[in-house]
Amino acid sequence: MTAQPTTQPATTRTTGHTGTPDTTKIAVDGAPASTGTMTYREAMRAALREALTDDDRVFLMGEDVGSYGGCFAVSLGLLEEFGPDRIRDTPLSESGFVGAGIGAAMVGMRPIVEIMTVNFSLLALDQIMNNAATLQHMSGGQIQVPIVIRMTTGAGRQLAAQHSHSLEGWFAHIPGIKVIAPATADDARWMLREALADPDPVLLFEHGSLYNVKGEVGATPEIPGIERAAIRRPGRDVSIITYGGTLRTCLDAADLLADQGIDAEVIDLRSLRPLDDATIMASVGRTHRAVIVDEGWRSGSISAEISARITEQAFYALDAPVGRVCSEEVPVPYAQHLEAATLPSVDKIVKAVHEAMEP
Amino acid sequence: MNDHLRHLYREMLRIRRFEERCVELYSATKIRGFLHLCIGEEAVAVGVMAALDPDDRVASTYREHGHALARGVPIRSVMAEMYGKMEGCSRGRGGSMHLFDTSVGLYGGNAIVAGGLPLTIGMGLADRLTGRPIVNVALFGDGALAEGEFHESMNLAALWNLPVLFACENNRYAMGTALSKTHAETDLAARAAGYGMPAETVDGMDVVAVEEATRRAVDSIRAGEGPRFIEFLTYRFRAHSMYDPDRYRESTEVEEWKERDPIARLAEQLIDDGVIDQESIDAIEAEIERELDDAVEFAEAGTLEPVEDLTRFVLTEVPT
Repeated sequence: MTAQPTTQPATTRTTGHTGTPDTTKIAVDGAPASTGTMTYREAMRAALREALTDDDRVFLMGEDVGSYGGCFAVSLGLLEEFGPDRIRDTPLSESGFVGAGIGAAMVGMRPIVEIMTVNFSLLALDQIMNNAATLQHMSGGQIQVPIVIRMTTGAGRQLAAQHSHSLEGWFAHIPGIKVIAPATADDARWMLREALADPDPVLLFEHGSLYNVKGEVGATPEIPGIERAAIRRPGRDVSIITYGGTLRTCLDAADLLADQGIDAEVIDLRSLRPLDDATIMASVGRTHRAVIVDEGWRSGSISAEISARITEQAFYALDAPVGRVCSEEVPVPYAQHLEAATLPSVDKIVKAVHEAMEP
Repeated sequence: MNDHLRHLYREMLRIRRFEERCVELYSATKIRGFLHLCIGEEAVAVGVMAALDPDDRVASTYREHGHALARGVPIRSVMAEMYGKMEGCSRGRGGSMHLFDTSVGLYGGNAIVAGGLPLTIGMGLADRLTGRPIVNVALFGDGALAEGEFHESMNLAALWNLPVLFACENNRYAMGTALSKTHAETDLAARAAGYGMPAETVDGMDVVAVEEATRRAVDSIRAGEGPRFIEFLTYRFRAHSMYDPDRYRESTEVEEWKERDPIARLAEQLIDDGVIDQESIDAIEAEIERELDDAVEFAEAGTLEPVEDLTRFVLTEVPT
């Protein structure tokens, strides 16, 4: 029988990147800049545009990604540029269209599926967990699922209990998928590309508070590789370990701590599965103290996993118990002051660092 | 034509004897896990697969031994999979419920009811986007019509005019609960038609009728006319799984359906029409018996995957 079309290995893209990305900072012909200072949203859009331009197998599919321009305006303008076959609006059928993305990936496409927010990903859990994460293994290696599933995550915008989840730590529990969380414009620009080049399912979490944040985007990734953590602020006294939406909060806390004479190192995990143990342990080995900041709930969280790994791998380097700043164990409330009290904050991080400094 | 009818008969008998052998092996604890038998439903597996092209794809359920064998997965590799051996079609990592062989277009047994349907939507979408004349067949039971994934998939297939055949094996029970106890409307084809695609009900105990209906649907789908739904009325003669005491249906009902056994029925017809005689049937039985002995021998002699390889195939192995 004729062999079925199969997915390409990661190293052989049909129309691969040339390694010479467009470095034009100012649009000369009206085309948007792909490097320079831009918002996280623009950086993600530039990454989508590049992927769609470079590889015919790539298409974007999700709720309101086309005519509406994306719920968070990430894909604004892409429908006009790439047409409805490749910027595909879907019905409100999360399980159906996520599963369709998986099916398309199984037979050679490189779909980018946008789930409007992580809250709705619960409706697609069956497809993510029972299919995307298991098909390669269940089939004894016959099937690959090179899909990228993007979704917004996090709280902080008074959207109440059903629109404020941070469930990336949950997903990081699952073998067979990768979980990444770009926290900077540069990572938004480049991590999608690396996720698409990955032969396995990658879940990409975009914290909703980041879209308007501006940052520098270089012509090449500042941090190459999606599985590596980055030290965003070197320091000697304590390692603050975080990712995504709380990176800015941690950097602000570190500034405040510096004024108090405490030199904090801030680690941006970037990837929750796999975790970059080497970078974490090397940092803790230098600072001897660790505080983990995670917008997820404390119980059974990614912060619990990181804490466990530090005790497993760097216990004797520690001068203090590992500290954690997580969300309070409550469905996120609407009222602004209650929501703020629920989430990690600069004050909470500073307090946790002080406790780590003087156990 | 007569050769083809004999082929259909042989294929159905081969599935029946394979599963009967599996029951023996299960009792002998050679096979473990779940074992969902399709005995009684062989005409659907054989009729549907007979109407497909080599490049077409099938996404199936956890009751898929018949689908796999009829689709052309080698009987040796199916049996080795039942044994959990490396020579199995899924390297022993899938078992009875997860038979895969992409070389013949079998994209798995899926053990989540309706879980495979969205995959066929994606495969169909990929084919539409790339212009490949492939038909993607979703096989599922009546129970799937209660799942959201069925309805999401039907809508997407019709909306995007995808090359997907929805092939429903209505055996009247979702595990132990009768269709009429769980569905407000039990006319499944009528419900399917509500999604704006042609839908029909076919006698799933008649392999020729199954093949003809499938062929009509597949031809139309391949011509770009969009998805179709076929409900095959069928019945499983045995319990849901080896654990099922079968308390939820009357033995008289089972006996009545056995009167319509697709294999006995075809044999009778072929003998009446002079297409086959008892001697040929006996010869086919003996051939299948030898084939099964060989498959069991192959599986017995198979290799247990080294435990050091346990975590392989979780992520793609990138050559270093």
